[in-house]
Amino acid sequence: MSVLTEDRGTEGAGARMRPAWEEPPSGVGTAAKSAVLAVACLAILFPLWIVVVTSLSSAETIREAGGLVVVPGGITFEAYRELLSGGQVTRATVISVCVTVTGTLFSMAVSVLCAYGLSRPGSFGHRPMLMTLLATMFFGAGLIPTYLLVQSLGLIDTYASLILPSAVSVFNILVLRAFFMNTAPELIDSARIDGAGEFRILWRIVMPLSRPVLAVISLFYAVGYWSAWFNASIYLNDQTKMPLQVVLNQIVLKGERPAGMSQIINTGQIHTLSVQMAVMVLALVPVAVLSPFVQKHFKKGVLIGAVKG
Amino acid sequence: MSHSTAPGEAPAGGTGPTGRAPAPHLAPAAPAAPAGSPTADGQPPHGRGGGRDGAGSRGKTGASPPPGGITRRHRLRRDRALVLMTLPALLLVLVFAYVPLLGNVVAFKDFDPYLGDSFTESFALSPWIGGENFQRMWEDPYFWSAVENTLLIFLIQLVFFFPVPILLALLINSIISPRVRAWAQGVLYLPHFFSWVLVITVFQQILGGAGIIAQTMRERGWGGGFDLMTDPGFFKFLITFQAVWKDAGWGIIVFLAALAAVNHELYEAAAADGAGRWRRMWHITLPALRPVIALLLVLRVGDALTVGFEQILLQRTAVGTGAAEVLDTYVWNVGLENGDFGYAAAVGVVKGVFGLCLVLAANKTAHLLGEQGVYKK
Repeated sequence: MSVLTEDRGTEGAGARMRPAWEEPPSGVGTAAKSAVLAVACLAILFPLWIVVVTSLSSAETIREAGGLVVVPGGITFEAYRELLSGGQVTRATVISVCVTVTGTLFSMAVSVLCAYGLSRPGSFGHRPMLMTLLATMFFGAGLIPTYLLVQSLGLIDTYASLILPSAVSVFNILVLRAFFMNTAPELIDSARIDGAGEFRILWRIVMPLSRPVLAVISLFYAVGYWSAWFNASIYLNDQTKMPLQVVLNQIVLKGERPAGMSQIINTGQIHTLSVQMAVMVLALVPVAVLSPFVQKHFKKGVLIGAVKG
Repeated sequence: MSHSTAPGEAPAGGTGPTGRAPAPHLAPAAPAAPAGSPTADGQPPHGRGGGRDGAGSRGKTGASPPPGGITRRHRLRRDRALVLMTLPALLLVLVFAYVPLLGNVVAFKDFDPYLGDSFTESFALSPWIGGENFQRMWEDPYFWSAVENTLLIFLIQLVFFFPVPILLALLINSIISPRVRAWAQGVLYLPHFFSWVLVITVFQQILGGAGIIAQTMRERGWGGGFDLMTDPGFFKFLITFQAVWKDAGWGIIVFLAALAAVNHELYEAAAADGAGRWRRMWHITLPALRPVIALLLVLRVGDALTVGFEQILLQRTAVGTGAAEVLDTYVWNVGLENGDFGYAAAVGVVKGVFGLCLVLAANKTAHLLGEQGVYKK
């Protein structure tokens, strides 16, 4: 989390000293602001605290607390060890990681190429191609025809059904495109004079200059794949192929026990609650760890008015 | 004409055909350059060197062909690498966004996907029934209940969700310490990256029947039965609360960006003229946010018929469909759960058409009020 504090430099314009003309902050005002902010942050952090602590608590601690644990007592990694020693949750985690990595790489490749291809107004077919993409932001085909399409493409019960239908986000392409359009034309021209083709220019010049936005958009895609529940719930029937979000829903919301763990739970070695919370932590950790690293660039990824020409 | 593609590219011609990398712009230039070309004749050989490909076409020249004339074929040859790069994404969008549009014709059929071995076979075997599905929708009380729930949830979220990011952004913006700001932002952004399944399971640990509140009440002997997660009366506020928890923090980014763009001399001048902090907020800060607020409002209204599909789908059995069924979940239930594909598609079509009308109407209103909206006039 140390990255959070390193933002000072880049926050730049906003992080200022109090200007001379501004009134000194009033005590009441500062207190009220701090209180509101503290409540907002606690509302987010407190539930996560409970989840993490309970997932790490021993069965006795949970029974003593009468359920969820707020104050850490006997700490044990037993629930994680059981969940990650093979079985349903391990498999689901591996599947989710693989789908997320593959999907993000695929989405980024397709989106970056498309964004660069559309970054020069006046190139062949530029307007019609751009309009074809933009129009999709105003309508959705609907659930039923999309399902029928995925079905008739033979994608039911394949991992491709978790990637292909949601592989391209037009919004992300527009954000990337807006950045590529800002690359100094002189750099591109001089590369071309040196004999570089478009692919080389993209790979060697434009992409290295756009690292922050590439990081943000990659995070958006990765979070999308990692968090996706609905597509898996309708396109997959095979229980052994389910990703982590589906399993999380089964174990925590529907209260099912992880396959193969009934024994250990019934004998009281591990409390159901710590198992449930541990699955939640598994789903939470990757995004909670990754997003702070990209935080200072988030602003670049929500650019409004990216649509030009 | 075929080799006059790249007029004035003679300087680059020498390096073009080395073939180290795909260099579509340059390759054809080599043979053409010595011969010169009609379009290049009027120009000094170095004057526009690579101009149409590079700097020139990045500006306005490409949009309307320059006087020298450059035909579509030339542009295709010149830009084939760019077109090639665009194709994969375009193909995916065509297949997964445009092709399903055509699939909506099943709304006019009594469609059963299991009649034949393939979609086309089932499609051919299913009988056309005209507007019967739409007729049925008109008389379907469940459909109208879903419409009512959808609109109610939209209104509740407009009132209780929409202003929260604006207020939070003003709060964060008024904090001077960069350290506190960065930490607060980091915490507030975090839940945006959680899946809905995770958000709902987290809420269950707080507000559910076995959650921390119910648990504390039982311990203190304040009576049991506290469970907001399964209370149909509270449901619409519950999902609004969840939406605020997940996305209100994320929503401040846009407003912070708009606030950072305000010219600070305006504040200084206003302060010099004796305007206090509240007057400065009213006359400088809020007007600076107005275009962003208008744009987000247009987007929200345009999307009014889509309210938290995944979020509601995950909880609809817990509270019952009377309170929780919205248009999207109704389509899912009728089509994918009960296999009534034709009717579900009909509901989807009506939702889509009204949704499009809402976007256009919201945008029109924004224009009338002098705002820019989603697209320009």
